[in-house]
Amino acid sequence: MSVNKRHNNDSPEHLAYLNKIKQKEIAVRVSQIAILLAFLALWELAASLKWIDSFITSQPTRIWNTIRNLYQTGELYRHVFVTLYETIIGFTLGTITGTAIAIVLWWSDFAAKVADPYLVVLNSLPKVALGPIIIVWMGAGTASIVTMALLVSVIVTVIGVLNGFLDVSPDKIKLLKTFGATKRQILTKVVLPASIPTIISALKINVGMSWVGVIVGEFLVSKAGLGYLAVYGGQVFQLDLVMTSVIIMLVAAALMYQGVAWLEKRYMKGRR
Amino acid sequence: MNEQSIVIMDAVNLNYHSPEGETPALEDISLSVSKGEFISIVGPSGCGKTTILSLIAGLIRPTSGRILIEGKEVDGPSSKTGYMLQQDHLFEWRTIQQNVLLGLEIQGKITKENKRRAIHLLETYGLADFRDHYPWQLSGGMRQRVALIRTLAINPDLLLLDEPFSALDYQTRLALSDEVAGIIRKEEKTALLVTHDISEAISMSDRILVLSKRPGSVKSEYSIHLTGENRSPVELRKAPEFRNYFNKIWKELDVHVS
Ligand SMILES: Nc1ncnc2c1ncn2[C@@H]1O[C@H](COP(=O)(O)OP(=O)(O)OP(=O)(O)O)[C@@H](O)[C@H]1O
Ligand SMILES: [Mg+2]
Repeated sequence: MSVNKRHNNDSPEHLAYLNKIKQKEIAVRVSQIAILLAFLALWELAASLKWIDSFITSQPTRIWNTIRNLYQTGELYRHVFVTLYETIIGFTLGTITGTAIAIVLWWSDFAAKVADPYLVVLNSLPKVALGPIIIVWMGAGTASIVTMALLVSVIVTVIGVLNGFLDVSPDKIKLLKTFGATKRQILTKVVLPASIPTIISALKINVGMSWVGVIVGEFLVSKAGLGYLAVYGGQVFQLDLVMTSVIIMLVAAALMYQGVAWLEKRYMKGRR
Repeated sequence: MNEQSIVIMDAVNLNYHSPEGETPALEDISLSVSKGEFISIVGPSGCGKTTILSLIAGLIRPTSGRILIEGKEVDGPSSKTGYMLQQDHLFEWRTIQQNVLLGLEIQGKITKENKRRAIHLLETYGLADFRDHYPWQLSGGMRQRVALIRTLAINPDLLLLDEPFSALDYQTRLALSDEVAGIIRKEEKTALLVTHDISEAISMSDRILVLSKRPGSVKSEYSIHLTGENRSPVELRKAPEFRNYFNKIWKELDVHVS
């Protein structure tokens, strides 16, 4: 009973309408790709013709070569793997911890009231400022980087998810109470399932947040990873390396975001 | 107040408390509902109709007075009462069948027997084909019917209906009130219906209580006797006595449009 079900006997008028939408979609996509290609071409051209100094701006072919070299020495995998590993762990921990704290605050109205000003202040604190403290406490290693990613994402998760919980219609909760539901049942039967869309949007935000945490963490302490690669490149004045790692981050973060979007689509299938 | 009464409210008062102050919502409500009776409660907006149902459902405690169901003081929600709200509140992440089983699930009563009963209700009332559909795929009238079956699935003796039709358009509302009256009679339930619609109240009920404005108290009470071929509310609206009841209750409610 899909609403936008295609019928074989659509009127010519409707087909024309659908066609027009399709055309517009194609035009948008073509323009997007064209802009990217034009940008890359211009960059390449400007560097080759020495309009710009490719030593400090790098250039697409040099980036490509850098990627190839890294790939051939096997270093590409190592750096990408280290960063992805840290990001995914940080992301998962941030989301789970944030949701768990939100559950506690939902459960106890008192705790929520007490925590409120702390949440507000912590939310406005730039979490990366805690970097040096974390390193002192947890050592210069993966643990610090993951903690960084967790810290950056956890407070927004708590706030977002708790608001989602509190948005659940009081009448839905009343309905459960009329069946004699316990608080735990209210949580598991209505509050959590009703908040899945909110939790998914928290996930989407956390993809970006955990990347920020991991890269800053790597800037500060690491010996491997894309953030490390970028900092190292900057120190030895190899802008090719810096650009390369930025571009790989871009692709990886986009893929991770797509992963969450895919999850969302799968969950929403059949429901509204 | 004979021993046939399924619900007894005895001199019940209820005050709501909020930081802004104290709101007396109900004042000295006494009523008794016999087994199998269909009672409607009408009254001006905010006079405490929903509050009465919440009290009987055990969701809130009275400030003073007593409420008994089958002779026992109400001290919390019980599986003897089923509550149907104004909106269907079907859970969009559950299929129709899963929605209908919600109450049994909460009460830990998902047995083969109970499950079969619930599914049988869906079949009896024309929803068998929609068991595996999601709520958004159903019309408003169908959804409200599912909500009723969800209430009936826990097999309550007493149904509390809080304006269950008010979110529907007029046509659907008429058809559905007919159907619901039929279902309730067939399943031999006792029902307490809150409504704003005087015609609906007259056509469906054995008795109507008119409440005064807040703090609500029972202003008057009408026993309804309509002559008609069958007991279908739509048909009963054509009964000769209908007008008469309507005018009396209309006057009683003293509706002003100002
Ligand atoms: N939780 C609450 N706290 C404070 N006041 C409340 C609360 N619930 C209801 N009231 C007040 O008590 C009065 C009765 O409420 P109730 O919902 O029972 O009225 P009602 O007759 O069902 O109204 P309506 O016809 O609008 O549904 C109203 O004036 C309402 O504002
Ligand atoms: Mg009400």
